Amino acid sequence: MSQILIVAEHDGRQLNPSTAKCVACAAGISGAAVTVAVLGQNIGAIAQAAAQLAGVARVWTVDDAANAQPLATVLAPQLAALARKEAFTHVFGPSTTFGKDLMPRVAALLDVPQVSDIMAVEAPKVFRRPIYAGNVIITIDVSEEPLVVGTVRTASFDTAANGGSAAVEAVSLDVVLPAYVRFVALVSAGSDRPDLQTARRVVSGGRALGSEEQFKLVYDFADSIGAAVGASRAAVDSGYAPNELQVGQTGKIIAPDLYIALGISGAIQHMTGIKDAKTIVAINKDADAPIFESADLGLVGDLFAIVPELKARLAAG
Amino acid sequence: MKRILVGIKRVVDYNVRVRPRPDGNGVATEGAKMSINPFDEIALEEALRIKERGEADEVVVASIGVADAQAQLRTALAMGADRAVLVQTDAHVQPLDAARIFLALAQREQPFIVMMGKQAIDDDANQTGQMLAALWDRPQATFASKVELSGDVARVTREVDAGLETLEIDLPAVVTVDLRLNEPRYVKLPDIMKAKKKPLETLAPADLGVTPRPRVKALRFEAPPVRQKGVVVKDVAELVEQLKQRGLV
Ligand SMILES: Cc1cc2nc3c(=O)[nH]c(=O)nc-3n(C[C@H](O)[C@H](O)[C@H](O)COP(=O)(O)OP(=O)(O)OC[C@H]3O[C@@H](n4cnc5c(N)ncnc54)[C@H](O)[C@@H]3O)c2cc1C
Repeated sequence: MSQILIVAEHDGRQLNPSTAKCVACAAGISGAAVTVAVLGQNIGAIAQAAAQLAGVARVWTVDDAANAQPLATVLAPQLAALARKEAFTHVFGPSTTFGKDLMPRVAALLDVPQVSDIMAVEAPKVFRRPIYAGNVIITIDVSEEPLVVGTVRTASFDTAANGGSAAVEAVSLDVVLPAYVRFVALVSAGSDRPDLQTARRVVSGGRALGSEEQFKLVYDFADSIGAAVGASRAAVDSGYAPNELQVGQTGKIIAPDLYIALGISGAIQHMTGIKDAKTIVAINKDADAPIFESADLGLVGDLFAIVPELKARLAAG
Repeated sequence: MKRILVGIKRVVDYNVRVRPRPDGNGVATEGAKMSINPFDEIALEEALRIKERGEADEVVVASIGVADAQAQLRTALAMGADRAVLVQTDAHVQPLDAARIFLALAQREQPFIVMMGKQAIDDDANQTGQMLAALWDRPQATFASKVELSGDVARVTREVDAGLETLEIDLPAVVTVDLRLNEPRYVKLPDIMKAKKKPLETLAPADLGVTPRPRVKALRFEAPPVRQKGVVVKDVAELVEQLKQRGLV
């Protein structure tokens, strides 16, 4: 019997879809009883959303002004205290920047190992995860550990469906919260476009776009087909696109139905971010670009000529 | 003495395409080019710039690993670090034990910042810095793309999924760095010569009171499923045709 505690990710308004992915991962562990912990301020609606996820048995809320921003130093001792309340076997969080920041701190406070980027569950404490930028998949065993912490590679799991009706319980904790980290600001480019992490279609631009101005071509084409926008590291490093659009080993790991790469060479660090995409389309002027090795559909040519034509033909229906 | 401690991990160079061994019992790294983990190189570069601005007096680099990790520490010394510590072991040191070793080093060296890469490109775990900060009961600022110091506090901009987050942290603290923080300098030949004379101390984990114990057991190493090579279409019309056939547009 596995008792799994999952920390909900949210932005103070909405539950992040990464939480439903963690629930789906936990559901793959036989006989799992799942508790979702929502830490924040005024989190009633978020807790309700978590309670509706199929497979969730219980939702704990820790409503505290100190939790208004997701600071790892503040959340970690509370999550560790929640993990100690009952005989939990697993504590999961998403392998997003939120979870990557928080979960190792929780693991260290609990003195237990962490398994990062769980991509498959083979047994309650046997998992598969990528190493070496996805060049190798390792199967690891932590069966000797009564409790483990894990981060869930969200692109590897479906989203848990709605239809649950878990009880929501407010929990008060007696934990000293450190004040040595203070939130100053969060700057997001923000947009009405689909979210990169959950979009079914993504159009990404690489170094070939050449400037921030010319990168608008990527936004424009993405908008015309209702896609989210992504970028290679080279495009972000060069200032053509903001950091939150980076796809890859050190950016976002995504699994859209359709991924269109414009002027991206296909470095392993980029490809590891899209290996779960259903269909990869590559447009590149170099017929020998490595991306053509793994693209389902490739077109060799100048993207500045191809993209406007592609947009026009798709619009013509 | 205002000191910065920087973690340096010896890893297979990022240009090497690593494969599992045919027997599935490990990764074929024999003879592969080894380098400083690229994120650690960025951590070191930042520490050196802080020192060059007069905001720190000494940069100490530390590595945990085999005797050959001296080569990466020598490179770090050539980049400009003042001295190096190798915690030498052939054991497989997992993140929680690495964090314990760094805790002991932090207690010994009393740095005002510990800088590390946000992840090592071999096990891609992304854990050690956060674990160290927890054990040390000090702030952490992970995935840093900008670090500004003023007195006893630092302002760190972090690359997060939603954009750029800025935190103010009290020092001492652990900062783990992301790719866009800086571009590491190249090492020049005279610096390599000079680095040979810089102090490099070797310790055993036991000297720091830590006995590494791998708690995560590896069962198998496999190659990921390969994506089948697809089709290259001749023009946009055919691409549109294919996209339609597959129900993608
Ligand atoms: C530790 C580490 C982590 C990394 N993490 C990431 C990561 O998370 N994500 C990531 O993307 N990268 C990452 N990288 C970088 C990665 O190795 C590559 O350098 C990067 O992905 C290259 O980006 P690019 O394909 O846009 O640029 P390039 O490799 O320069 O490719 C540009 C491509 O555009 C094509 N092109 C040029 N002009 C045109 C045109 N007019 N029309 C059509 N095609 C054209 C060229 O043929 C070329 O193939 C990482 C690297 C390291 C070392």
